[in-house]
Amino acid sequence: MNQKLTSVLEQAPRRGRQYALMVVVLLVLVGLSTPALKGADITAKGIDIGQSILTGLLTPDTQLLFGLGNNGVAYLILQTIAIAFLGTLVGAVIAVPLSFVSATNIVPRPVVIVTRLIIMAIRTIPSLVYGLMFIRVTGPGPFAGVMTLAVVSIGMISKLFIETIEDLDPGILESLDAFGATFFQKIRYGVLPQLGPDFISILVYRFDMNLREATILGLVGAGGIGAPMIFALSAYHWHQVGAILIGLFILVFVVEILSDKVRQKIIQG
Amino acid sequence: MRWYDQLFEAESYQLANGKVVSQKFTRLPLLLALLVIGIGVSVWVTGFSLTTLLTNFVGFWQILASMWPPNVAYFAQVWQPLLITIQMSFFGSFFGAALALPFAILAAHNVMKQRLVNLVVRFILTVVRTIPTLVAALIATYIFGLGTFAGTVAIFLFSFSFVGKQLFEYIEAVNMGAYEALIATGASAPRAFVTTILPQILPTYLSTSLFAFEGNVRYAAILGYVGAGGIGMILNEKIGWREFQSVGIILLSIFVAVVVIETVSQQLRRYLS
Repeated sequence: MNQKLTSVLEQAPRRGRQYALMVVVLLVLVGLSTPALKGADITAKGIDIGQSILTGLLTPDTQLLFGLGNNGVAYLILQTIAIAFLGTLVGAVIAVPLSFVSATNIVPRPVVIVTRLIIMAIRTIPSLVYGLMFIRVTGPGPFAGVMTLAVVSIGMISKLFIETIEDLDPGILESLDAFGATFFQKIRYGVLPQLGPDFISILVYRFDMNLREATILGLVGAGGIGAPMIFALSAYHWHQVGAILIGLFILVFVVEILSDKVRQKIIQG
Repeated sequence: MRWYDQLFEAESYQLANGKVVSQKFTRLPLLLALLVIGIGVSVWVTGFSLTTLLTNFVGFWQILASMWPPNVAYFAQVWQPLLITIQMSFFGSFFGAALALPFAILAAHNVMKQRLVNLVVRFILTVVRTIPTLVAALIATYIFGLGTFAGTVAIFLFSFSFVGKQLFEYIEAVNMGAYEALIATGASAPRAFVTTILPQILPTYLSTSLFAFEGNVRYAAILGYVGAGGIGMILNEKIGWREFQSVGIILLSIFVAVVVIETVSQQLRRYLS
């Protein structure tokens, strides 16, 4: 019995050398990356600020946190949600036609290569750079944020849309053809039901991501909850920083749970 | 939604074999109404205006066009910040992923049986994950001072929470048979974990960590905006000075670096799976 066990054990693949190689490569890369630690300058002032932020979180500015005016956290949250919502929609409006002309089962190969290159190029520019560019178009404020998120979303939305479109089942369309459906009937009963749930689920997912993005757009003056936080931080108003961070936390957390629920419901029907 | 189905009656049809089937009244009008209200409120709050967009959009193209041709000579000053950006991402991702492993084990209820420990660790992961990376970087610059280290800390926190969440969900879905068999033969829990569960989660662990690293390179490029080091610092500076041709070469270098890293990492991840 024991001999049999030992012989089986010896047949198990020996991964030791592979693991050792991996660890060595990783450690060498970590060693090469140590310049990442430059600029670490933990002074007494830094520790002091850290403590102040913590106390700010524990004793937030309740007037700001529960205030309903244009400066209250509630309004900032509404504005952030509005930016993310509209940004996702505008992004989708641009992404839908773009994805149809980038799907290999709809247009010829050379067209696909060109449109995919365009999508990749759109994706390269970081969101804050778009933000700065759009401020020249719309002026500072939440409008610039909407446009920024719209353009930033195009890359991911169209990538996922293209996958859905390429997964279209042609059999359904053929059977609709077989009993004489017209072109619009084919779209209504053959294409939309196949694409709809996936499209909506992708958009809900992207909305969740855009919400996180919308919280930082304030850094370039493109609206949302980020701008007042920067002001509060640079003015050392720790209780306000605490109130805004708490609002941010609740916002992201609630939307994440809701979007998970909605997507589960959409996919399970 | 029940009130809606009661308000609008379901339609019933009698089939040829005498069976009656009913179809619920369409929910489309309700969803459309919600969508229209959502759009209306959002347009009002954000001040969205199509006419402004159409009349001023030229400005966007002008900036974009002024980036071309990229100022190639400036690349001599670009590659070093770019390298530091990649180093920041790697360092942060490596230690974030390394710290995520013990936390993921503590958060998984099938390995760590103490419910309280599960909840506390999950709460920590959630709180860290909710803070946007740029906000973390901003706060880090206040605590650790301006510079690369603040950015590395932000990337570290993001990788830690991202890998931690993915990994603990994966550990909970793992096949426990071999683990329980080893425990039954009298092996200690850590020993049984290393020989049975670790080999199962290792490919996913490595590939999730690589995925986080990929995303981090892209993200690290903007951390410089809050003074947290890397290529974002010069990007921000050149935009401020309106040297758009230099901005062009910076964006082009980021693009090439991201494509190279994503290709390599995708190959590695395919090999792992």
